[in-house]
Amino acid sequence: MNSIVPEITRRSIINLINNEERADGRSLNEYREISLENGVIEKSEGSARVKIGNTQLLIGAKPQIAEPFPDTPTMGVLMTNSELLPMASPTFEPGPPDERSVELARVVDRCIRQGEVVDLEKLCIIEGEKVWMIFLDIHVLDYDGNLMDAAVLGCVAALMNAKIPNASVVDNEIILDQEKMSPLPINEKALMCTFAKIGGKFVVDPSLLEEDVMDTRISIGMREDGSICAMQKGGTEPITKDELMNLINIAREKTGELLKYLE
Amino acid sequence: MIIIIINNNKRADGRDFNELRPLKIEAGVLERADGSAYLELGGNKVLVAVYGPREFYIRRMQRPDRAIIRCRYNMAPFSVEDRKRPGPDRRSVEISKITSEALKPAVFLEKFPRSTIDVFIEILQAEGGTRCAGITAASVALADAGLPMKDLIVSCAAGKANGQVVLDLSEIEDKEGEADLPVAIMPRTGEITLLQMDGHLTPEEFEKALDLAIEGCNKINQKQKEAIKKRYGE
Amino acid sequence: MIFVKDKDIVIPGDILAENEYHTGRGTFKEENKICSSVVGLIAIRNKKISVIPLQSKYIPKKGDVVIGEITDIRFSMWNLDINSPYSGILPASEVFGKEKRELNSVFNVGDVLFLRVVDVDEVKKVKLGLKGRGLGKFRDGILISITPTKVPRLIGKKGSMINMIKDHTKCEIVVGQNGVVWVKGEPAMERIAEKVIKTIEKEAHTSGLTDRVRDMLSELCGEEKEETPEKENKELPE
Repeated sequence: MNSIVPEITRRSIINLINNEERADGRSLNEYREISLENGVIEKSEGSARVKIGNTQLLIGAKPQIAEPFPDTPTMGVLMTNSELLPMASPTFEPGPPDERSVELARVVDRCIRQGEVVDLEKLCIIEGEKVWMIFLDIHVLDYDGNLMDAAVLGCVAALMNAKIPNASVVDNEIILDQEKMSPLPINEKALMCTFAKIGGKFVVDPSLLEEDVMDTRISIGMREDGSICAMQKGGTEPITKDELMNLINIAREKTGELLKYLE
Repeated sequence: MIIIIINNNKRADGRDFNELRPLKIEAGVLERADGSAYLELGGNKVLVAVYGPREFYIRRMQRPDRAIIRCRYNMAPFSVEDRKRPGPDRRSVEISKITSEALKPAVFLEKFPRSTIDVFIEILQAEGGTRCAGITAASVALADAGLPMKDLIVSCAAGKANGQVVLDLSEIEDKEGEADLPVAIMPRTGEITLLQMDGHLTPEEFEKALDLAIEGCNKINQKQKEAIKKRYGE
Repeated sequence: MIFVKDKDIVIPGDILAENEYHTGRGTFKEENKICSSVVGLIAIRNKKISVIPLQSKYIPKKGDVVIGEITDIRFSMWNLDINSPYSGILPASEVFGKEKRELNSVFNVGDVLFLRVVDVDEVKKVKLGLKGRGLGKFRDGILISITPTKVPRLIGKKGSMINMIKDHTKCEIVVGQNGVVWVKGEPAMERIAEKVIKTIEKEAHTSGLTDRVRDMLSELCGEEKEETPEKENKELPE
């Protein structure tokens, strides 16, 4: 099927939302059913499978020893990559990551980095020479809207269950003890909450159909204490300050709900 | 140093020479795809989605008398011990090609001229024998998509490890063994649709390995059938 | 010799019968054996064995009525997505006759139409038309997609199933043979109809479906459950 939304479907969604209703029966500020499974890929040091409604992602967290960036010689490195697999949607094409995929990876990366989820200072092995580099790979398996929130939730969960071997330095050589695995140094939890503006109203956790008809999307990354760590506006319609401030309040409440899945 | 004592027939992981690793197949696991299947064989975890038959936008590649099958075999970056760089490499391109060739003989492609059937195989975790696992799962996904087929395609490898001809090589047996022989068949007729070999075998050993692989295929075929029937509550 | 019975679930490659039987849809012959080509349910009529697929794509057939969405406007025709591997075209002449008019003054991209398949040629070019009762453009309502092979079950014997949904939900419902269903009524009722139609799609191959759908409709529409004394007799597989 093509991605042009039939006119009557568009109108039906907008009419429902104007009456504070949604096509799948949710209220405007309600998430779909969420499920989170940790450690699903034994070969990956950290992993999580997250489902929000029919959207399904698999995330792997894999550490590697690498050189630090020259401007942050004492800090570990976080690398976030995402693949919108052609299996996940008839509209995803095989090939190098397109702009949607790159945006997803970068926004998730910002949310986790600026949320200071991982204490990167503690991932330094030899200053200026060797640090842990953590790869976060987001594998999108089934796409039914709102990849951002699912990806951040899954990435944080994968980081939280990841284990790295103890690294010690003897005579400038790194010795990895595979017998002694320890969790990553987790500082904070950060999550993302996404809204779509449809027909003048905002809905949380847009489904694919809602994303297809939305005018604007706002994603808000927030830490446990309610401070904001990342934001991203998508879509072509403008948004007002009042609307934004209101969304931040809702995001705060919703972030609290999402945090429960990480317990 | 640890010395592993291998008794006459048992293998490093305790299996008999003709024993498969634990196998689990589930059909219809994805929402968006037309057909899908999930398979676990030992530590292998494989997800397959099928889209189609669907309109083929590349007109010059359309076949006026039949559908074409396109396969994409892909390993997730986190599927192996050392992270794999995303995107196709020479190995995955070759496997994609032989997979689509292995599946083709089973599908009545002439029923859908000019269209395409896309098969996406994702290796979520790899532990030796992923191409066979991918083909076995792909055929369940094709059936789940409602495509007309002559038979399911089922795939399994046999080979030689520690001087013994064995079924369904584990990761270590695959790496350190003397030979690997992945095979796919149409179980009703026993016709072979995929055959590769890597290593050294005498013609006698080859025949033994081939028979063993076919025996393995027939066992796996039962699980394929159960998975499809279970999807519709039987 | 026959190895299956009516309503059995079979899968591609299963041997269904030998010798004296004939092949119906969803089967093929190999030497003297009749085999299934799809995942589906066995239907035996006299000596003919068919397999009704549980899943399939819509392949356009002359005379079918379908629901399609306009995806493109070209010189003197519209292109339509008809939920099939083959897209359809609606020639301007089908709409205007010989009169010359701007195409987008009548139908635009995103419009949803109820059409008839006028012709399917050997290169699978699908020509659509609007001549006939009830054909034309939909205004408002919602669209639901189901597997095309489940359409007969959704309609039911002489329209019994679809009429039951219409009666309870007071919705207008149009079913395209391509598996696209249009429903228009009160928004809450549209959603109930959608839920019921999706249930029928999922459980089309199970027995006692009509009764379950009736109960479901009564419950969702907030009606008193009808006490049907003759229900006992209806538990027979359909």
